[in-house]
Amino acid sequence: MRMLTFAKRSLKEILRDPLTLVFGLGFPGILILLLSAIQANVPVNLFEIDRLAPGMTVFGLSFMTLFSATLIAKDRESAFLIRLYATPMKAADFIFGYTLPIVPIAVAQSAVCYGIGLLLGMEPTVNIFYGLLFAIPIALFFVGLGLLFGSILNQKQVGGLCGALLTNLTAWLSGIWFDLELVGGAFQKIANALPFYHAVQLEQAVFAGNFPEVLPHIGWVLGYGVTAIVLAVAVFLEQMKKG
Amino acid sequence: MNAIEIRALTKKYKDTVAVNGLTLSIGEGELFSLLGVNGAGKTTTIKMLSCLIKPTHGDALLLGKSILTDANGVKSIIGISPQETAVAPGLSVQENLELMCGIYGFSREKTESRVEELTIECRLQDILGKKAGKLSGGWQRRLSIAMALIGEPKILFLDEPTLGLDVIARSELWDTIRALKGKTTVILTTHYMEEAESLSDRIGIMKNGKLIALGTAQALMEQAGKDRFEEAFVALVKEAKI
Repeated sequence: MRMLTFAKRSLKEILRDPLTLVFGLGFPGILILLLSAIQANVPVNLFEIDRLAPGMTVFGLSFMTLFSATLIAKDRESAFLIRLYATPMKAADFIFGYTLPIVPIAVAQSAVCYGIGLLLGMEPTVNIFYGLLFAIPIALFFVGLGLLFGSILNQKQVGGLCGALLTNLTAWLSGIWFDLELVGGAFQKIANALPFYHAVQLEQAVFAGNFPEVLPHIGWVLGYGVTAIVLAVAVFLEQMKKG
Repeated sequence: MNAIEIRALTKKYKDTVAVNGLTLSIGEGELFSLLGVNGAGKTTTIKMLSCLIKPTHGDALLLGKSILTDANGVKSIIGISPQETAVAPGLSVQENLELMCGIYGFSREKTESRVEELTIECRLQDILGKKAGKLSGGWQRRLSIAMALIGEPKILFLDEPTLGLDVIARSELWDTIRALKGKTTVILTTHYMEEAESLSDRIGIMKNGKLIALGTAQALMEQAGKDRFEEAFVALVKEAKI
């Protein structure tokens, strides 16, 4: 009950921030439109919609870190969390209360990307549904990061780290825009060791119906996701103890 | 029974003793003010009493419930309005009050009646539909107190409730706080001497984590040999060799 009450509140706070709509829901969609316009005017296959739309959902999901971290940092700075710590709310109420509302937002975000893809000629298949389903573990990884950064950084730092750095890392190291093999070397090795590339590969494999290819990539995403969430919960609990 | 029994409460941070062996009793329905210069230990004391941080030594009983062994029990009988405004900025005033009702597990009927009661008690009728983040500092403080009261606390902690408010907003908040006297035990911290003098049944003055003076405003003025309370406070703090 408390958890749902708090989750409802978190959802309202996120959705009532106009930046959420502009950057979170709108920006990835605009990028799909722009890159598709470029694709229409070049003779080689740079941004095929069947690979671009699933990839862009992952870029969109990186904004979930910004949303959750901003909300938590704001609650810490305004002492709203202090007020709630002094109520009968338990640690689980806070953690799920911040995490649960991101799931429908993440699914909606992914649906916008796939929806724009459909408008641009992407084939409507049942795999879109699976794509939305597999977006959830990817979103949980980004929410785990949000919970972690929101617990240790202030709003300004969150804006810089999650709004600028993380979204750029996701964009460049994920292979959405270009094949990582074109760069190769250390760049590709680093990209392979991080979850962003695997998240994109996961979404693209699911949408293409190549389910055997899902397995190694979902392992990376879940591994990073579980690590981020465990770390975030530990840091959040430590912050609770400090009051 | 006293509302609060504090026994040798101590909080140490590495090399600093923020609160040092505080022992104090506060009666039910009493409005008690804690005064002190910055770093005296007022906020740390409130944080320990409201189970936000654990004491290094000592204990405190709030209506018989120990902050060490029954934190959940303590949290069910207290309310807190922190120094900062501590409201949900994207929610309306009504939604903020309803949120707190949900957190205390109230039914829909009880939520409706508590929101109505607090709206009248804290005179929030005209701003119920407004976003909390768009309110002036005075209205946010009033909402903050209403949110602290929504769980029907037996003990209410107000940490610098009128900080940064203009004279009118402060005076209006004083009326709200005065109305609680006798019904709720209120522990107030403030830097405004006239606030403590005007509102409090008793006042405790802290310095470097220790309670250096305790009594009514009148008794403290007599103790310091001063006619004005602010002068008495300054004299008592300066004279205390800690």
